[in-house]
Amino acid sequence: MSFLEYAPAPESRSVVDIAPSYGLFIDGAFGPASSSGGVFKTVNPASEEVLAEVASAGAEDVDRAVAAARRAFGPWSALPGAERAKYLFRIARIIQERSRELAVLESLDNGKPIRESRDVDVPLVAAHFFYYAGWADKLKYAGHGSDPRPLGVAAQVIPWNFPLLMLAWKIAPALAAGNTVVLKPAETTPLSALFFADICQQADLPPGVVNIITGAGETGRTLVEHPGVDKVAFTGSTEVGRQIARSVAGTSKRLTLELGGKAANIVFDDAPIDQAVEGIVNGIFFNQGHVCCAGSRLLVQESAYDEVLTALKRRMATLRVGDPLDKNTDVGAINSAAQLARIRELSDVGAAEGAERWSPPCELPAQGFWFAPTIFTGVTQAHRIAREEIFGPVLSVLTFRTPDEAIEKANNTPYGLSAGIWTEKGSLILAMADKLRAGVVWANTFNKFDPTSPFGGYKESGYGREGGRHGLEAYLA
Amino acid sequence: MPKSPSPAKAAKAERSASPAESDRRGRLAVRKTYKLYIGGAFPRSESGRTYLVDGDNVALASRKDARDAVVAARKAQTKWAAATAYNRGQVLYRIAEMVEARRDEFLALGVAAGELDAAVDRWVWYAGWSDKIAQVHGSANPVAGPYFNISAPEPTGVVGVVAPASFLGLVSVIAPAIVTGNTVVVLTATPQVAVTLAEVLATSDVPGGVVNILTGHAAETAPWLASHDDVNALDLTGVADPELATELERSAAGSLKRVVRPPADTPDFTADPGLRPMTALLETKTVWHPKGF
Repeated sequence: MSFLEYAPAPESRSVVDIAPSYGLFIDGAFGPASSSGGVFKTVNPASEEVLAEVASAGAEDVDRAVAAARRAFGPWSALPGAERAKYLFRIARIIQERSRELAVLESLDNGKPIRESRDVDVPLVAAHFFYYAGWADKLKYAGHGSDPRPLGVAAQVIPWNFPLLMLAWKIAPALAAGNTVVLKPAETTPLSALFFADICQQADLPPGVVNIITGAGETGRTLVEHPGVDKVAFTGSTEVGRQIARSVAGTSKRLTLELGGKAANIVFDDAPIDQAVEGIVNGIFFNQGHVCCAGSRLLVQESAYDEVLTALKRRMATLRVGDPLDKNTDVGAINSAAQLARIRELSDVGAAEGAERWSPPCELPAQGFWFAPTIFTGVTQAHRIAREEIFGPVLSVLTFRTPDEAIEKANNTPYGLSAGIWTEKGSLILAMADKLRAGVVWANTFNKFDPTSPFGGYKESGYGREGGRHGLEAYLA
Repeated sequence: MPKSPSPAKAAKAERSASPAESDRRGRLAVRKTYKLYIGGAFPRSESGRTYLVDGDNVALASRKDARDAVVAARKAQTKWAAATAYNRGQVLYRIAEMVEARRDEFLALGVAAGELDAAVDRWVWYAGWSDKIAQVHGSANPVAGPYFNISAPEPTGVVGVVAPASFLGLVSVIAPAIVTGNTVVVLTATPQVAVTLAEVLATSDVPGGVVNILTGHAAETAPWLASHDDVNALDLTGVADPELATELERSAAGSLKRVVRPPADTPDFTADPGLRPMTALLETKTVWHPKGF
């Protein structure tokens, strides 16, 4: 047991009303899937309770959604930017008004702690719509040409780790630029996107501008390969990203990809250790480590190794793992049985390859999908746990002596999404930041996001940026 | 009907009859051997192969040459990217000076005078971009919190380029790639002009390996660049065959290279290129730092 005892402080789930079943949101209305589709269940990963039955879009449904988006594109792109802006501002406001409902829903469907969905995900979703709303009538000042034009119909496929936030990252810039969208949320987390469809209705968004189709990988593949789409935006695994890049080859579809990562979080011996430890914990245990930019490789300067590891283990022992709706919970449920199996497999490989595994004493609930916060020490660069994305609360610890060695090890990966640097020395931060091959570098902080701040990777972490002025480029010709 | 000779062939025929080829005192001219340009040196193809282009034996690049060129480009990239923007700008300006100085040689190879002028001017245009692109394409981001947050462009790394046939086209794909700190491996089907440009580069303070030029058949060598894991981006501007372009793009997906697709219409290289030739080969890096006392 932890030395700190907390009484349960559960957030009420009465604020959210989940229907027993959901259809597809096409052309402004919900309807069942065609005979080419089907249904699937979405569960609460913390309890394995079925939350709702959701339609699975088949090829005919994808056709209908793309056709609806195509019909809507003409009028939507012809609207004055200022009018499009007002729809987006309206959506941002409704998200703010319904923020508690959305936060509870997201925690139920995803398993993330309510503290994160309430304080991070949903506020960022509203902020993202608010930010891009303001661009809709200022596109010619965005630096992408004097007469920027929308691309047309955007096919967008998003992952399960930040369901509503990834939806916002995709839909807000696309709509601001004058495109219409067909978005497919992840199979294990479809609900917040379906609630967003309801928000679109509430905002009186013209039918067909946003279409939400649910389903598994096959639905996503059908959507991105559909000849009627002009743009494909995908966030997810590098392997699926590769397949998508292959499938759009030879077409005129524009493509942006936000893929995996294996970020180095580099701690120098002069770093403020307590702050660095908070950053390490936030870097890898935030959102159960289901974060593409997670600081999953800790690089500690040898001279600070003992101090950092002692403090890190002490801090990890205070992490509370459990009910996502409990406001005291730090680490929630693993999103799915499949993801849990993947984390277990790679962790077993880590131990089998000779790294030393450690977790704090931690009681896990009997129902649901859980994995205790874990670190591996004695990890070398050749270990699979130092090379492959685990996408779970598992940290690999390596050491270095000199800044050059840290750079060498940090960049020794096909990925290049993010990196962290911890030191009190400003010149060292800037020199390191210059040499790290990563799209986002957090210095003396980690896992910070903002709609004004471009996000995206180098190398096999994908291409294109989301957020900021740069994020518009993906949706403009 | 007889085929009309290419401009280069016509120019060469003219040279043969002129004093340059065989001077009036009966002296035999010294001909140039057209070799590859890799890592700042002019090697023959490792394969030992040559092919005949307008009467010249030209090195025919192989898979091994392509791989050697990637190694040379990778080796040069970090240092070239770390050079100051001011320095890279001056190097590009120096290239303009050297092309101008070799004017007659390019004209003799059949490059039209207007095209040559435009090519020189294009080097000058890009030279000026070296220390401006970060200001135009970067940003200071007003995040909602006490953080310093800035985004700046960085070169994507090693770029494989299938160059268009014209001299201005060749310059228009190399200059935007290298001005920001990328290094390139260029495949060209117009060897005499490209190798003459390589000689310009070799005498323009361009570090060896920043530009590598392989003469030969793109259909043979480009697939090796497209599938090479140490190539970060692929510029297919010069690929005329849509099937080859599709195959290369598909292969490039293996390591998620950035791909510049061939233009849909015949490109007008005399037009203002805009920023896209540069930005297509740039990454954006965003750095965060807390503010506080």
